Amino acid sequence: MKRSTLGRAAIPAAIVLSLGLASCASNEQPTDSATSADPGAGSSSSAPELEGTLNGAGSSAQQAAMQSWIAGITNTSPGLTVNYDPAGSGAGRTQFLSGAVQFAGSDAYLKDEELTKAQERCNGGTAIDIPDYVSPIAIAYNLEGVKDLKLSPEVIAQIFDGKITTWNDPAIAAENAGVTLPATAINPVHRADESGTTANFTDYLSKASNGAWSYKPGQEWPAQGGEAAQGTSGVVAAIKATAGSIGYADESQAKDLGHVQVKVGSGYVGPTAEAAAKALDEATPASGRPEGDIALDINRTPTATDAYPVILVSYLIGCTSYADATEAANVKGFFTYVTSKEGQDAAAKAAGSAPISDSLREQITTSLELIK
Amino acid sequence: MTATSTPPREAVPQQRVRQRPGDRIFAGLSTAAAVMILVILAGVAVFLVWQAAPALVAAPEQIGGESFWAQVTPLLFGTVLSAALALLIGAPLGVSIALFITHFAPRKLAAPLGYIIDLLAAIPSIVYGLWGVFVFAPAVVPIYTWLNENLGWFPLFAGPVASGRTMLTVGLVLAVMVLPVITALSREVFRQTPTLQQEAALALGATRWEMIKYAVIPYGKSGVVAASMLGLGRALGETMAVAAVLSIGGGITFNLISNQNPATIAANIALQFPESTGIGVNLLIATGLVLFVITFLVNFAARAIVARTTKG
Repeated sequence: MKRSTLGRAAIPAAIVLSLGLASCASNEQPTDSATSADPGAGSSSSAPELEGTLNGAGSSAQQAAMQSWIAGITNTSPGLTVNYDPAGSGAGRTQFLSGAVQFAGSDAYLKDEELTKAQERCNGGTAIDIPDYVSPIAIAYNLEGVKDLKLSPEVIAQIFDGKITTWNDPAIAAENAGVTLPATAINPVHRADESGTTANFTDYLSKASNGAWSYKPGQEWPAQGGEAAQGTSGVVAAIKATAGSIGYADESQAKDLGHVQVKVGSGYVGPTAEAAAKALDEATPASGRPEGDIALDINRTPTATDAYPVILVSYLIGCTSYADATEAANVKGFFTYVTSKEGQDAAAKAAGSAPISDSLREQITTSLELIK
Repeated sequence: MTATSTPPREAVPQQRVRQRPGDRIFAGLSTAAAVMILVILAGVAVFLVWQAAPALVAAPEQIGGESFWAQVTPLLFGTVLSAALALLIGAPLGVSIALFITHFAPRKLAAPLGYIIDLLAAIPSIVYGLWGVFVFAPAVVPIYTWLNENLGWFPLFAGPVASGRTMLTVGLVLAVMVLPVITALSREVFRQTPTLQQEAALALGATRWEMIKYAVIPYGKSGVVAASMLGLGRALGETMAVAAVLSIGGGITFNLISNQNPATIAANIALQFPESTGIGVNLLIATGLVLFVITFLVNFAARAIVARTTKG
């Protein structure tokens, strides 16, 4: 009698547990979106008409911009279908290198070992990074009655490192004369997941704060303390939820919060698209890159006093050589549109990004000529 | 096989019955289904071990400076702590609800209440996560502040309190999530208690509570244990709700109401996977393997407990 009850409970128990485990494991695998590129049979590759399907994956920061680009390219080339899976930069690069997708979007340029791996995937050619999305990262705060807070990189570093713990700290007051600062405790908010935003923000802190930030820059938040939240939306929600919070997030996602004006030279600059574009102008090409690759190292201490150095540069990653000519034409056509003035303006409207400069566009055009 | 008066049991001939195609097909299908479960489970285990191996044998420098076990211990701690909290809160609550439904509630109330509890199981976990972040966490901050001010000397409530996205909140959200599993199974078990035994207890002069204590609970004990272990399984593997609610600070701490919480294995995988490459992915899968093993151990432990209580 007891036995039957037991069986009833234990057998579903075993089934549910094993099913649960199976679904756990399947979560860990990247979802390969449909990978077969339609090889637009018969059409000659020299024709400007783009046809077939183009699959990409990667950076979720580019997602809003990517949607506007996909809409835009569908207008001009109705034959081309572009799919983009915002799986994350790392997953995007991995899928691109394995040949699952034709291009990747990434908040970081390819590492050296990834470039080596790419030679196999790229049919003897190389992979190239093309900057396509530049966005200011706002240092956003929730402090009632305080507008246009001004902070130096040293103070920002100490706040996020838990060294400065209240808003009326003398170091903050010294930079904000005439502002009444409350004695509220500071609640620094950072990303719980690895992210390109964190990589750029910590890169800024370590390069601009004159040693006040002792951690290495990286995608994972390095410091102890503070609140952690998932994704940009999670960070924004956490800042809004608790008075006295400060965090960093893509400017377009943090519109209705206060934005810190960061010290550049002797002045203070807020996160705007124009100021971000100014900072991008001072970026220097990374060394030791293959021909056509435009990987940029951002100058976090710009000389222009109206440049906002806390920016994120995201890239399109493609091959210089594809096995299929239609595929190559599609990638080239899509990349050309994305980096065109028209494409950049569409992204600025949709995602609040900073359009790339004309001189950078010229460089990109030369690089895109290499795609065959 | 024709209509005759019911034959006496002993008279059933022991001869072999001719197998019909329907029997064979059904036997084949059910055997295949049973084998499939084993194959899937083995497949998952092989995948985990195969993908985890590079991280397990890697030198500490290759996987971020610390050895694998140093990295997985805080995760393991967080996983067990959150699941234990969930069970500690959810199991008594679930059993009480089940007892209420089977023995106290008027019939008109019992059916809809049972239905609503079952409905809780149908809510996707990410919805629990969002509810936890946007509604529940801010709502419990005053309680945490009170706990911190009055019981701050106790390590569990050391604080400081900032937002409500803490281990205790996760435990409570998970408790709500395991509630339907525990309630539904316990309810079914309690309902099976032989009426004769219950009536006998009452006839001996037992009050309703004594009747439940001496007739219903001992009868349902093993079922309740099994139900709790199922709930524990869900709490251990819960991913999205934890990832959304918990503010992760790493390290091992029993402080339940601060923003510095150890991550759980499942939430950590969900959070770190999108941006991981190379050996980082292997490392995450290796932590998944640890979770796989833990869940198995829990299941075995549950079976052992059930087996013991059944014999006794």
